[in-house]
Amino acid sequence: MNLILFIFIVLLGFTSYYFGRRKAYTIQSTNKRLTALPQFYGYYLAIWCAIPAFIIFSLWAIFEPTIVKLLILSDYSNQGYLDDELNLIYEKTKALSRGQFTGEITPFIEASAEKYLSLRSIAQSSKAVIVLSIIIASVAYAYKKISSNSRTREPVEKFLKAVLFTASLAAILTTVGIVFSLIFQTIDFFKVIPLFDFVFGTHWYPAKAFVRDSSEALDPTMYSDTFGAVPIFAGTFFIAFIAMCVAIPIGLMSGIYLAEYASVKVRQYAKPLIEILAGIPTVVYGFFAALTVGPFLKEIGNSMGLDVSAESALAAGGVMGIMIIPFISSLSDDVITSVPQSLRDGSYAMGATKSETIKKVIFPAALPGIVGSILLGVSRAIGETMIVVMASGLAANLTLNPLESTSTITAQIVVILIGDQAFGDPKTQAAFALGMSLFLVTLCLNIVALRVVKKYREKYE
Amino acid sequence: MIKINSKNVDVFYGKKQALFNINLDIEENQVTALIGPSGCGKSTFLRCLNRMNDVIDICRVKGQIIINDFDINDKSCDVVRLREKIGMVFQKPNPFPKTIYENISYGPTIHGMAQSKNEMDEIVETSLKKAALWEEVKDRLHEPGTGLSGGQQQRLCIARAISVKPEVILMDEPCSALDPIATAQIEELIDELKKDHTIIIVTHSMAQAARVSQNTGFFHLGELIEHGSTDKIFKNPENKKTQDYITGRFG
Repeated sequence: MNLILFIFIVLLGFTSYYFGRRKAYTIQSTNKRLTALPQFYGYYLAIWCAIPAFIIFSLWAIFEPTIVKLLILSDYSNQGYLDDELNLIYEKTKALSRGQFTGEITPFIEASAEKYLSLRSIAQSSKAVIVLSIIIASVAYAYKKISSNSRTREPVEKFLKAVLFTASLAAILTTVGIVFSLIFQTIDFFKVIPLFDFVFGTHWYPAKAFVRDSSEALDPTMYSDTFGAVPIFAGTFFIAFIAMCVAIPIGLMSGIYLAEYASVKVRQYAKPLIEILAGIPTVVYGFFAALTVGPFLKEIGNSMGLDVSAESALAAGGVMGIMIIPFISSLSDDVITSVPQSLRDGSYAMGATKSETIKKVIFPAALPGIVGSILLGVSRAIGETMIVVMASGLAANLTLNPLESTSTITAQIVVILIGDQAFGDPKTQAAFALGMSLFLVTLCLNIVALRVVKKYREKYE
Repeated sequence: MIKINSKNVDVFYGKKQALFNINLDIEENQVTALIGPSGCGKSTFLRCLNRMNDVIDICRVKGQIIINDFDINDKSCDVVRLREKIGMVFQKPNPFPKTIYENISYGPTIHGMAQSKNEMDEIVETSLKKAALWEEVKDRLHEPGTGLSGGQQQRLCIARAISVKPEVILMDEPCSALDPIATAQIEELIDELKKDHTIIIVTHSMAQAARVSQNTGFFHLGELIEHGSTDKIFKNPENKKTQDYITGRFG
């Protein structure tokens, strides 16, 4: 029903576009000057068709269920039901009307279900009638308006601006919504677990919270040694550090090679090849790390008499570093290429060699941009999940030995939220607290990175 | 006395020939102006003299350019030493994004010309004084060179070029991005510098060529049409094209 109505409205929109344009041509044929191009007349009419339809559709979607519910439940008023029971009755009614109710059917509920169905069908048909009549009225009004050759371009442009504004608003509101959902859960978490224990505790063992008998009352002292986030913060930064040790030198050097040394032909092929690395899904890197690099490192370690865990921070960090290489190499290549040729000329003309020019002029000039690219790389390393989950293990060891397994914030969030969980449980809320801290860290890094990059831009433009 | 002697110089950008058989002698301790309409090859010729065309991948140079009895296009020529001897100032001021001091000390550092901090301070001071910039910047040597005005930046670039005591200074339209006052300062400076250096200047301004140079070469479509003393070229040119260009009939 809704679909048919929708198709009908779309068709109506196209028709009104056609009529609007035709009207413009008729005005033109009487040798009057149009106030806008003919298609603006069409768009204007189509907008007058679409907006009222959209508004009524959304209002209907918001109010119809509430009104129907009120009407159904009015039969049960004065019978002393509690709100919860009324809700249950309403749900039963709905289920029965859909034929999905399996419990005992009472005559009351059956009557309500019938009433529900009839109300729904009345609502549907009245919706169709109202929508169509309002659309036709508004299009007729608009058609009359354009007959007098009034302005159409400005309203159409305004409408486009409003659409674009709504799109960006949606993105911003989503972000705000995510942040708020994180904040509230995090606050709940810190009501049970003191902030101090979370930030400075050195023992992370959320499974302990799971062993609790749910009938027992919540005992905060039990958690005092469970949610110490130091090991996983340490693990996160440690793995990110290993990753950057791989990514920064290789990425930077390949960026410099591509920007300064590579011939046009080499660059043409090498740059896309390196950027392919960025297109590999991280889960593929994950099993590369877990199945190839990890065992390989273990083999080598064992042959040298070292005790290497198959899931080591080194394997995860190293592969993560490879994943980040293209970001750093590609960004720093762009930054280096955008250093003006006049600076290179100036340096060469002084008798500097290529490497001297790069070291003393180009690199310092490009440094802010390079730092920006590195910071973006770091925030990716900190936020990376799959590689760590697959290659570095899930036990939160507090260690600085790259050959042992460690865990990161992201990996722990995965561990916590996989499988059964109860909302309102500190274990689940711990994931939100972790997510919040991760968000804060990457947010700071991104802000710093963007500022640095922006500062660089101001320099040459 | 002849400082630079070029014989049969041809330059190609890919397949396109940009300079045709240029034979031009440059006199020592004089200012030689290269004039001609846009795209005539005068800047290309200038860049041949310190092998700056090496930087452009597709560019090939043929012929001999002899400086101090030595052909700089020869394989045995050390480009680093050559560019130490032949400085260059560009059309747009291009100070490095470093401090004023570091801009000047750049050349002496890479050529190992100063043994101590004092020596370097001295080089910086004399270079800035020679470029008539010392009085304006002596209190802000450690501020970025990019913060100076356009004319000051160009004089900073000249100071940078003379810091390594080059024998020849090439100037590629050094005043085209500057206002008349800054231009006058640079022209005055050029006159001063010719005591110690041989100067070759590419310019679009005929008036500037007439004011600063002793010799002039006129390029057109990649060929050297006429060269000689500036007086002669401007007052009594032999070639009709030269006359047309100088009197403003084309270009």
